[in-house]
Amino acid sequence: MLEIKNLHARIAEDGTEIIRGLNLTVKAGEIAAIMGPNGSGKSTLSYILSGREDYEVTEGDILYNGESILELDPAERASRGIFLAFQYPVEIPGVATMQFLKVAMNEQRKARGEAELTTPDFIRRVKEAAEKLKIDQAMLRRPLNVGFSGGEKKRAEILQMALLEPQLCVLDETDSGLDIDALKIVADGVNALKSPDRAVIVITHYQRLLDYIVPDSVHVLYKGQIIRSGDKSLALELEENGYADIIGEAA
Amino acid sequence: MNMQTTSRLTAAETALVEAFAAQIGEFPGNGAVIGTRDRLLDDLKKGGLPTRRIESWHYTDLKSLLRQVPDVTPVAAVDPITALVDGSKIFSVVQGIADPKASADGIEVAVYKNKLTDGSAVADLAALGNDDAIGRINGSFVRDGFALTIPANIELEQPLELQVLHAGGQIHTRFPVSFGAASKATIIERHRAVTEGAALVSSISDIRLDDDAEVTWIIVQQQGAADTHLGQIRVKLGRKAKLRLFVVNAGGKLVRQELRIDVEGEGAELTLRGVNLLGGESHTDVTLMLGHNVPHTNSTETIRNVVFDRANGVFQGMIRVAPDAQKTDAKMACNTLLLSDDGGFSVKPELEIFADDVICGHGATVADIDSNHLFYLMARGVPENKARAMLVNAFVAEIVEEFEDEKLVEALESVISSWLERHA
Repeated sequence: MLEIKNLHARIAEDGTEIIRGLNLTVKAGEIAAIMGPNGSGKSTLSYILSGREDYEVTEGDILYNGESILELDPAERASRGIFLAFQYPVEIPGVATMQFLKVAMNEQRKARGEAELTTPDFIRRVKEAAEKLKIDQAMLRRPLNVGFSGGEKKRAEILQMALLEPQLCVLDETDSGLDIDALKIVADGVNALKSPDRAVIVITHYQRLLDYIVPDSVHVLYKGQIIRSGDKSLALELEENGYADIIGEAA
Repeated sequence: MNMQTTSRLTAAETALVEAFAAQIGEFPGNGAVIGTRDRLLDDLKKGGLPTRRIESWHYTDLKSLLRQVPDVTPVAAVDPITALVDGSKIFSVVQGIADPKASADGIEVAVYKNKLTDGSAVADLAALGNDDAIGRINGSFVRDGFALTIPANIELEQPLELQVLHAGGQIHTRFPVSFGAASKATIIERHRAVTEGAALVSSISDIRLDDDAEVTWIIVQQQGAADTHLGQIRVKLGRKAKLRLFVVNAGGKLVRQELRIDVEGEGAELTLRGVNLLGGESHTDVTLMLGHNVPHTNSTETIRNVVFDRANGVFQGMIRVAPDAQKTDAKMACNTLLLSDDGGFSVKPELEIFADDVICGHGATVADIDSNHLFYLMARGVPENKARAMLVNAFVAEIVEEFEDEKLVEALESVISSWLERHA
């Protein structure tokens, strides 16, 4: 589903290279974990996948279902099924959460040539998905993410993911700032979306999340490259020994 | 202030003088009113329209900005339109003439023309100082309007809409409105062009809130792209009176909206909110002159501006705290979303504080759309132009949503979104 080939990318503003020859393949149905120390390029990778303009790809390619997505803007990528759950979801005062959800769902449907949802159908879907994630209706009446606690913001991201039904889900440090109960709710939400034609990339610092979202593959990102790949046991090894050994081997 | 008495009149000044001469004998008014009109016009003629050399007009040089004055006669006929908020009682002034049949249960209504004719309006006509060009123009030319009295302890369930419509020409209206003690009301002052013909509009609302009155006053200015709108609201707030004043500018080529407010009763509270939607080659100036004249009064002022194209905007916020007005609490903010390199917005906060135990603050920001916000919306599949429109709308909707009345929120949001659809 996703093939990243020899990707090089830099910050557009100052030219700092962050991704330096990254290769990664994620198949449909797979849950891939990307781990790595601070500053290794994890969040940058998630932004580049979703098409943020602040980064420039200088070499290599990203193929999604066999086609390059480098020329697509974030909205086009989203409507083709790429979803980024933000590490820090932004608060947007003045945009009502429900209005935002409806516009997002319908714009994606329009872009795919599907009919727009009727209001009752839309409300029913939101209600069902919100209940599963224990999201209070009062929260949905507030402006987008405004005044949400850290845990509420993360749950709202998973709600959006559930409603938009993406094919490729990228979770950027979704576990940060969550207590154990919230972590379980979020993990259940992600596991519920697991399907043979959907892939999930879980970006995280810690093994903890991977106890709940069990990965099929684990990749270590360091200085903009994948320096080691393995199965879920790699995550446990990292938890025990830290990154130093693996970084040492790679160097 | 020194008036220049020798300079030649501009085309617009000449047109005003000639329009006045042409209407002598037609203006309503008893001897005293006619005498006042003559004096005001004479002051206007001698002083000329204000220029940037006059402090309060520094950013709106009316003399050079007002190039032409349209003929007095309108270019088309006009019919009243539906109320902005469903269920409102409409007091229409069509083409400068107030509907003599307009009425509402529980309030006293007089058409302003009659107050001019019987002379009871004469005291209102005086200008508020030498820089009060709007007072001079309006006092010279005013023909009609409504004088409303909301008696003490009356609570109006539905809004009253002062609907001022025109199809070009010159429109000069007045609205003295007094709110009795502990009365409650919502007034919508709506100015709207119904054709493309150019108009010169001046309108003064003179409002007084007695003790404990609670009033929402909303000005919705939707003049045409060639129109000049000179608006002024004069406010006096009594003890524990609460005024929520909301101003939306969504039209006009040359607009000056003056808010002259005196807080005169202890415990009174003013909430001012403004939305300025600026596009094309327009010039829009909102000037606040607020006096906290007694101790223990509060005010907050929030102005949100959106600037497209080559539009130019001004907000002058003068807050004066009198020497014995201790415990005044005033907070002013002016935020601008500047969406064009060719547009501009000038902000001049002025705090004149003569008391020593007060809280007064002001802040101003100018920004483009936040790229984090834009990326977030696009990452959810919202195309760029739609995402931008949502964010511009959000920037102003935030203060509209402070109203508790949902019908009012919807009505104001539709004014804003229809403007944005035409300009964004």
